[in-house]
Amino acid sequence: MAFSPVKRTGFTRRAAVAAVGVAALLTAGACGSSDDGGSGSGSTKVEVFTWWADGGEKAGLDGLVKQFGTDCAGQTFENGAVAGGAGANAKSVLASRLQQGTPPDTFQAHAGAELQDYINAGQIEDISADYDAWGLKQAFPKGLIDNLTVDGKIYSVPANIHRANVVWTNKKVLADAGITKDPTDLAGFIADLDKVKAKGIKAPLAIGKDWTQLMLFESVLITDLGPEKFTGLWSGTTDWNDPLVTKGINDFKTLLTYTNTDRDALDWTDAEKLVMDGKAAYQLMGDWEAADLDAKKFTDYAWFTFPGNGTTFQWLADSFVLPKGAKNAEGTKCWLKTVGSAAGQKAFNTTKGSIPARTDATPSDYPKYQQAAMADWKSATQVPSCAHGSACSQGWQGAANSALGAFSTNQDVAALQKALATAASQFVKK
Amino acid sequence: MRRLRQWGPGLLLLSPSLILLAVFVYGLIAWTTKVSVSDEHNALGSKGFVGLENYTKLFTEDINDRFTHSLKNLAVFTVVFLVGAMFFGLLWAFILERGVKAEGFFRTVYLFPMAVSFVASGVVWRWLMNPNKGENAGGLNAVLGGLGLDFAQSTWWTNPNWGMASMAIPAIWQLAGYVMALFLAGFRGIPAELREAAAMDGASTYRLYRNVILPQLTPVALSALIILGHMSMKMFDLIMSVSGPQWLTEVPAIYVWQTLLTSDYAKAAAISIILLLLVAVVIVPYLIYTNRQEKNA
Repeated sequence: MAFSPVKRTGFTRRAAVAAVGVAALLTAGACGSSDDGGSGSGSTKVEVFTWWADGGEKAGLDGLVKQFGTDCAGQTFENGAVAGGAGANAKSVLASRLQQGTPPDTFQAHAGAELQDYINAGQIEDISADYDAWGLKQAFPKGLIDNLTVDGKIYSVPANIHRANVVWTNKKVLADAGITKDPTDLAGFIADLDKVKAKGIKAPLAIGKDWTQLMLFESVLITDLGPEKFTGLWSGTTDWNDPLVTKGINDFKTLLTYTNTDRDALDWTDAEKLVMDGKAAYQLMGDWEAADLDAKKFTDYAWFTFPGNGTTFQWLADSFVLPKGAKNAEGTKCWLKTVGSAAGQKAFNTTKGSIPARTDATPSDYPKYQQAAMADWKSATQVPSCAHGSACSQGWQGAANSALGAFSTNQDVAALQKALATAASQFVKK
Repeated sequence: MRRLRQWGPGLLLLSPSLILLAVFVYGLIAWTTKVSVSDEHNALGSKGFVGLENYTKLFTEDINDRFTHSLKNLAVFTVVFLVGAMFFGLLWAFILERGVKAEGFFRTVYLFPMAVSFVASGVVWRWLMNPNKGENAGGLNAVLGGLGLDFAQSTWWTNPNWGMASMAIPAIWQLAGYVMALFLAGFRGIPAELREAAAMDGASTYRLYRNVILPQLTPVALSALIILGHMSMKMFDLIMSVSGPQWLTEVPAIYVWQTLLTSDYAKAAAISIILLLLVAVVIVPYLIYTNRQEKNA
């Protein structure tokens, strides 16, 4: 709204009234929104609702669609992607469509506890019988099947697996500090952090805002509690007031002293840049970082599992479901079958930078990092992640992120433990 | 019958907008109020009426006092934003009113930031208010460092106590020009006779402004305060683009959004109603005041 120069006398109270009016209109207009309900009335269309709209994710989806075209001749793929907000936008559109009873034929959701809300609401169908028919119970590792099963039923087909508890390093910075071996426990890690710090790097451990801090905190908890008790935190069998959790929070607090002070202003890619620029030596992040570093042509990186986690594989997965009232259930099932099939998982994961959930994939089809992760996936203990929805529902995740955000500024150990215990009592499956 | 003929056509003309308002504003407020006293905490829907429990829980049982923390953030933001925008708006209007060269140019310059959306300017200010100091400084801190003013470098919005005051800076930058336009119109609306009369009575410039002109500007100042005040209460887009949703800079409007994303409709509705009441506390007295003014006139 640019005001053209008005003559002195012309710029009057009436103009002010007009300005006020226009401003009011603008404010009101800003609330407008439009979301297209999508058509999908034809019985052979399969509307696939995702937040994969660009980058490696879009490429992965395209690969999957191609496979779907061959496996499910006669069905047409319809892209229902809603971009932006790391899925936040898509989730809000999805919520309203589910409420109105016009679901897409299938939608993307994090596998595990995040599905709980949809299951409780009776919005998605049990597909355990298809798991048997498609042989998925043998193809997926038992730890994953256990995590996907709710009251004896399975509701989703994971398309991929990511690992959350991985530390990424800048090889050159570590070499300069004289570090040659990966640390295997927290004490060793802290000793290495001190060595890097002694070389003049003030914040050797790069980190970003709340959810990245939650990821680091979860890794520390796996170390201090062990995989079994850690999983129990989310299923309700481990008490959050356990003294081991207190120890975990204190260890986490110690690690935070090695991190960049502007952490709350950074996203994970900003923290990644600190590692790439040699301003930090380490970053804990999910293994999508490997694909991202490759895409950014940064080759001088290495990785290890978070010290003290042993062989524990903290997983998260994108999965697809069969919504209740889907217009083309047959087409959806064919899509789900493709997603779970060896060919579908290969088409998707080789481009997205994740690993297949199936244990029968051929490692040589994949880049270097993925090969290592695939070997671990077969042999390691699987635990879920709250920061990425496999361990806790969306409400719990929001409360945990908020609590970690508060801890980042006030460093109050007792308050964090109390907040997490309260969150658990509110959100744990009853 | 004659009466009906008198106000009938008017009512007929007004009725579409009245119906739309009734359904989409007041109807939805009523619906939100109903949800806020229910236990609709997930997509399963409501199981019953819980009275004011959702409201009391916000103040007593919210984890880490999240809601009161967001109210505190909003208070800091609103006070700094209102004081800053009013101060700069009045100052610029005063300077322009005293007569500077190229007034039209300056007026456009000051007013122009308002044309930029909060989202666009928020992204730029996110970069300007980079909290790194010293050798890693970026944005404003780098400028300050370059000028040798290292002591003035700030952590900006990441400061746990006064971060929201920094968050108000972009808002002041955007809307001070608007306040200026309002005040300028106010200055121009004062009849020249009043100034002349004051001059005849031998009033100094200070007395002229203090006793004649500024009192005439009270309605303008009040309008400006109300407009900025209700914008500030509902602030969402600027904070979302500067810091993203996070504990440090959370205000009630963002809390509503975060709660909605987790399908806790009852809690989100309760926060929305509290927000509505907060805005009403500001707006209703103003409406009563203007109504009275108009009756007297």
